[in-house]
Amino acid sequence: MSAVLSISGLTKRFGALLVTDDVSLDLKAGECHAVIGPNGAGKTTLIHQLSGTLKPDAGAIHFDGQEVTALSAYARARRGLGLTFQITSIIPGFSVLENVALAAQAKDGSSYRFFGSVARERRLNERAMAALELLGIEDRAQRLAGDLSHGEKRALELAVAIASQPKVLLLDEPMAGMGRKESAALIATLQSLKADYPLLLVEHDMDAVFALADRVSVLVYGKIIATGTPEEIRSNAEARAAYLGEEA
Amino acid sequence: MRNALPALFAFALFAAVPWLSEYWGGSYLTSLAMRAMILAIGAVSLDLLIGHGGMVSFGHAAFLGIGSYVAGIALTEGTTDLTTILALTVGIAALFALVTGVISLRTTGVSFIMITLAFGQMVFFTLSALSDYGGDDGLTLWDRATAFEEDTVLYFSILGALVASWFLITRIVGSRFGRVLRAAKQNEARVETLGYGVFGMRLTAYVIAGVMAAIAGVLLANQAEFVSPATAAWQRSGDLIIVVVLGGMGTRSGAVLGALAFVALEEGLSSLTHDWRLIFGPLLILIVLYAKGGLASLWERRV
Repeated sequence: MSAVLSISGLTKRFGALLVTDDVSLDLKAGECHAVIGPNGAGKTTLIHQLSGTLKPDAGAIHFDGQEVTALSAYARARRGLGLTFQITSIIPGFSVLENVALAAQAKDGSSYRFFGSVARERRLNERAMAALELLGIEDRAQRLAGDLSHGEKRALELAVAIASQPKVLLLDEPMAGMGRKESAALIATLQSLKADYPLLLVEHDMDAVFALADRVSVLVYGKIIATGTPEEIRSNAEARAAYLGEEA
Repeated sequence: MRNALPALFAFALFAAVPWLSEYWGGSYLTSLAMRAMILAIGAVSLDLLIGHGGMVSFGHAAFLGIGSYVAGIALTEGTTDLTTILALTVGIAALFALVTGVISLRTTGVSFIMITLAFGQMVFFTLSALSDYGGDDGLTLWDRATAFEEDTVLYFSILGALVASWFLITRIVGSRFGRVLRAAKQNEARVETLGYGVFGMRLTAYVIAGVMAAIAGVLLANQAEFVSPATAAWQRSGDLIIVVVLGGMGTRSGAVLGALAFVALEEGLSSLTHDWRLIFGPLLILIVLYAKGGLASLWERRV
């Protein structure tokens, strides 16, 4: 299978600090590729370079057959690079439904329309409801997004990502701050999404990583020290020393 | 719909003023109402930026100044055709908004306030320097636009312009465009990563609001039969912000209510004392503190 997203030789420095050190990895259709690593390994920096909020110093990012290294965050999003944030990022003053409908609208023709009432656009609302149902929060549709619980906000954020009809999903620690029960529910949801949306998962939660990932890459001090199936990573001495050992 | 009621009530009140003035107040009352309506158009347009777009422009009066001077200069030079005057106004105001918007919208927050203030003052000083057209002292007009020769026509044209502006802004706020604008006010990064070009949409809103305020300026010149650089001064921009805050930012009826209240308070208090702002200031503070969301929120809460 060909790669939907591939990174080669990506390098980023903050002053003298090398935060991304010649990173190459790819994401194939239908798979979940997890990036794990200890705190400060440069996981979030990596995802910011993928989404376009940070520019790499060297290297190339190819997405859907085209080089996107020089494109802005919003140009990449338009091409179908969906992103959820590590810190929950929603529109707090909008209803849950409107949050998701806003995402659906981004992929549905021009937003330079000044007259028709957007709240009555059935196609957008239906698509938004479908995404909410997928995440199991459809009963919250009319609630103010800012009033949701933490877990519900994370689910809303995923619904937003899905409603924008991405070609891949970049998930930046989706389990962060969730309780065990909520995590388990989210793992099950992501499991069902995997077939339609290739997932690049940056995650601390090892249960989630080993339940979801087809391949795992271990990032340490900005460098990928191992890539393989979850089983291979479990038995890789270097990876265990760097990360799994600390976890256990 | 419920939230629109105060604005609709205000429009009905304005519509009744010419009739009322036959019993009380005469031309004093109608000119007061016209000033309030023109102020309301300026405030309605500014609220698109402040209340819905999160762009606190401190130079919005510049557009009123531009509109009134385009009208003033045209009328002085013998061009009394309203269509020509409006076309010129729209063109010049849109161009000015586009150029200053491209620069000021690169910033946000306090920097945006300061840059728009600077552009506003630039217009003020430019108008003051027009020595052929009165300079500092302003310019008395001997003619109105042909279409506005009748007082009643002028009055109801201003009312029509206010209702149209309010309706237009209400529609824009509820549209696809407005949704993105409102969302970007709360969380710009999120909106960008969804694939929206926030800069272009804010610039569009800035141009729309600027053109609308400039049209209010044309009406002001015809109503006052006088144009003055003071119209574009920062104090006037401040008044517009006060009107928006007083009425309730980002509400359906706030800007209209705010303008009505502002003019009523200004007239009422200044008849009591010369230093009416001494009373007006604390009053404004009380409203901001105890009626968050301005006058419009008092109504919305009660219903």
